[in-house]
Amino acid sequence: MINESVDKSKRQFLTTALTVVGAVGTGYLAVPFLSQMQPSVKAMAAGAPVEVDISKIEAGQLIRVAWRGKPVWVLQRSPEVLATLTTLDTKLSDPQSNQSSQPESSKNPVRSMKPEIFIAVGLCTHLGCSPTFRPEVAPHDLGADWKGGFFCPCHGSWFDLAGRVYKGVPAPTNLEVPPYRYITDTQIIIGEEEKAA
Amino acid sequence: MKKLLSLFLLVLSVNVFASSGVELQDANVDLTDKVSLQRGAKYFVTYCLGCHSAKQIRYLRVANDLGLDEKHVLDDIAPEGAGIYDQLHSAMNKHDAEKWFGTQPPDLSLVARSRGADWLYSYLKGFYVDKNRPFGVNNAIFEDVGMPNPLWQLQGEQKPVFVNDGERRVLDKLVSASVGTQSPEEFDKTVNDLVNFLVYVGEPVQLERQKMGKYVLFFLFVFLAIAYLLKKEYWKDVH
Amino acid sequence: MNLKPTRLRMCGNWVLDRFPLAQVWNEHMAHYYAPKNFNFWYFFGSLALLVLVNQFVTGILLTMNYKPDAKFAFDSVEYIMRDVNWGWLVRYMHSTGASAFFIVVYLHMFRGLLYGSFKQPRELIWIFGMLLFVALMAEAFMGYLLPWGQMSYWGAQVIISLFSAIPVIGDDLALWIRGDYVISDATLNRFFAFHVIAVPLVLVLLVFMHIVALHEVGSNNPDGVDIKKSKDPWGHPVDGIPFHPYYTVKDVVGVAVFMIFFATIIFYMPEMGGYFLEHANFIPADPMKTPEHIAPVWYFTPFYSILRAIPDKFAGVIGMGGSIVVLFLLPWLDRGQVKSIRYRGGIYKKALMLFVVSFIALGYLGTQPVTPLATIMARIFTAYYFGFFLLMPIYTRWEKLKPVPSHLTTQPTLEERIPDMIAVFNEVIKTESVTTEEGATELKQRFNPTGAKNVLIRTAKNLKESLD
Repeated sequence: MINESVDKSKRQFLTTALTVVGAVGTGYLAVPFLSQMQPSVKAMAAGAPVEVDISKIEAGQLIRVAWRGKPVWVLQRSPEVLATLTTLDTKLSDPQSNQSSQPESSKNPVRSMKPEIFIAVGLCTHLGCSPTFRPEVAPHDLGADWKGGFFCPCHGSWFDLAGRVYKGVPAPTNLEVPPYRYITDTQIIIGEEEKAA
Repeated sequence: MKKLLSLFLLVLSVNVFASSGVELQDANVDLTDKVSLQRGAKYFVTYCLGCHSAKQIRYLRVANDLGLDEKHVLDDIAPEGAGIYDQLHSAMNKHDAEKWFGTQPPDLSLVARSRGADWLYSYLKGFYVDKNRPFGVNNAIFEDVGMPNPLWQLQGEQKPVFVNDGERRVLDKLVSASVGTQSPEEFDKTVNDLVNFLVYVGEPVQLERQKMGKYVLFFLFVFLAIAYLLKKEYWKDVH
Repeated sequence: MNLKPTRLRMCGNWVLDRFPLAQVWNEHMAHYYAPKNFNFWYFFGSLALLVLVNQFVTGILLTMNYKPDAKFAFDSVEYIMRDVNWGWLVRYMHSTGASAFFIVVYLHMFRGLLYGSFKQPRELIWIFGMLLFVALMAEAFMGYLLPWGQMSYWGAQVIISLFSAIPVIGDDLALWIRGDYVISDATLNRFFAFHVIAVPLVLVLLVFMHIVALHEVGSNNPDGVDIKKSKDPWGHPVDGIPFHPYYTVKDVVGVAVFMIFFATIIFYMPEMGGYFLEHANFIPADPMKTPEHIAPVWYFTPFYSILRAIPDKFAGVIGMGGSIVVLFLLPWLDRGQVKSIRYRGGIYKKALMLFVVSFIALGYLGTQPVTPLATIMARIFTAYYFGFFLLMPIYTRWEKLKPVPSHLTTQPTLEERIPDMIAVFNEVIKTESVTTEEGATELKQRFNPTGAKNVLIRTAKNLKESLD
């Protein structure tokens, strides 16, 4: 009952055509299904830029603000600290921040727009723990080499007070500097870059 | 069998009658009319948002869908101090609402989907003077509604005309009792804009969904055509 | 270049040596011989499977954003509809899928009634199918509470109160199901658990058993003839064809047609005029205020009508439950010796037609408010519903059966009927050339009353004949 004189090429062609069209359709259906796992408008609303008032920060003080649910540090650095930073280059793995993530305006040795105000996302570039702020020099647990900086307790990565990573630790790059800009001298908005003039 | 059928038809007709009640007017909703939607948004914020929220929609969405830029929405439509990501929240707090109205005015995000556009249109045009009600007005569509007429300055006041239908007094029609700031035609357009906006808020995606439907159906017809040819080809074998 | 396919094949063989993939494929697809005369009614099994997959995929995506909490549930659904990327599409696919599931399953069950697919040796397939139907109703009922709208809430309130009609333990049972004195957060949370994991697992298991049982005895067909009785020298049924590729390519056509309907609803009428998504369900659940008119979703309304038709709480519940229990008994109620309706007596044909009428009528009445007249109608149809099943052992014995052929018959396919349809169309709509006032000739299509009358009379005669 099954006829042997079949047009194999036509059959093959139609099978291929149907498979291709079906695959395209499935692909189109997969786009909405996959993109529904992207951040929703609510997440985007929560991730909107945040304003920070820095008029009250004292020298050496670090404050934390949440941006996109991540801790963002705002650190007031003293002239002594800034002086120390220039001496560390040989111990760091990326002193010029060539491999690291920061806006163009902060791509300098102190990694900030204004040297005294340092802003960074407080998450280790290794596996995302939040490093602790250790401004003191040569504490007994970290040893004499410690010039003040951020220490990640999870896997022992070292960062200096410009968020630059030391050599020989697990973290691959410097701490990320988020986009930010000054509204006034004492008001910063985090999450928005300086508009290109 | 015949008796059964006629009985069945009777049931049908009884129900059509029961569900009609007061005749609703056609709201003439047109979601492609962006200008009408923009006016509707403005009216909504001015006349409704004082008491009712529309908390399921954000100003950002309104801006994007109505073809307005964000700044315009914040400066011109949204109340003072609202952010672009904010939902359309009412300024009235829960406590005051309970005190003034005895209940919290319902959220209007989905009112067009639960009530229907024609109902809203007729309702907003259906307020009339009734001294026995706490706010001095009643409504032809929603009897004894616990809400004042937010648009009375535009519309002016309406008086009811009752007729006696056997033993009951029935509302026949509403006639104008005082002149509002808008002419009847202008007022109809205002209500139309407002209802248009509420229908949009009920399901902001509906225009996009219908546009997309065409492409999906076209694709499916192509798929069907190929599938049919393939089936025919294979089934040549079967005798 | 040559290396790659060989490597691939080696990997493939490595798996095949350890897993009977080819065997499973052959047993259930390539060497599963199905009768060659499946018609329109045989699409709905594979379509039910498609809808099940659709519900699983979209359901999993919905759980990612839905919150099973009385405070947040309603808003989270609107959040999905508005703020989640493509959430509206996923949600409409799921809500429309629920209704589509019942449409497909009802048609699938009706196929069983038409061609006697529940009869010996397929009783167990029918039983598994009925269990699937019950599980599906539970799944749909609990899923309907989740949006936490007014209809969700009060619908669930009414249905759970049914359990309180059971004597002695009723009230405690209803309390135990709700986990509270009324429908509440606790109820919502447990229904979520049942809806997304417990019942779906049962469904999958039952689908598996349904198909295994089917493939053990083989598919029935519109002629109700056992194709295994005549085999060719290789042991294959003469009237059978391998499921793959013949029925896979055919089912793809069915899938395409189904998806066209499905997409039309999703993109153009997701509420389906208040039948798929009820208007009152766009108002958040309010335990203080019942909507004026409660109607379950359309797929429950026939059974709901039966409940309302019986003027006693406990008896009503028994009636409603009984209307489903009686379906399980069908293989033993029907004493007709022939499977397919093609060779059954007129009495079964008429009885089945009236059953369809009363099922649809009950469904319609269930969506409507109660009036005295509607109650009388519902009682008549309820009586007929039960009469159809419970009197079966008697009336199926009087059937005058027609001779059953030894081989499958060939019926005109849908494509072959197209010329006839065109002929009928031409009979009803006449094309005439008309000379217009300007002198030009135009072809005008006019309705032809005599032609229409002839067609109607012919149809009525055919119907009468086919019912004998």
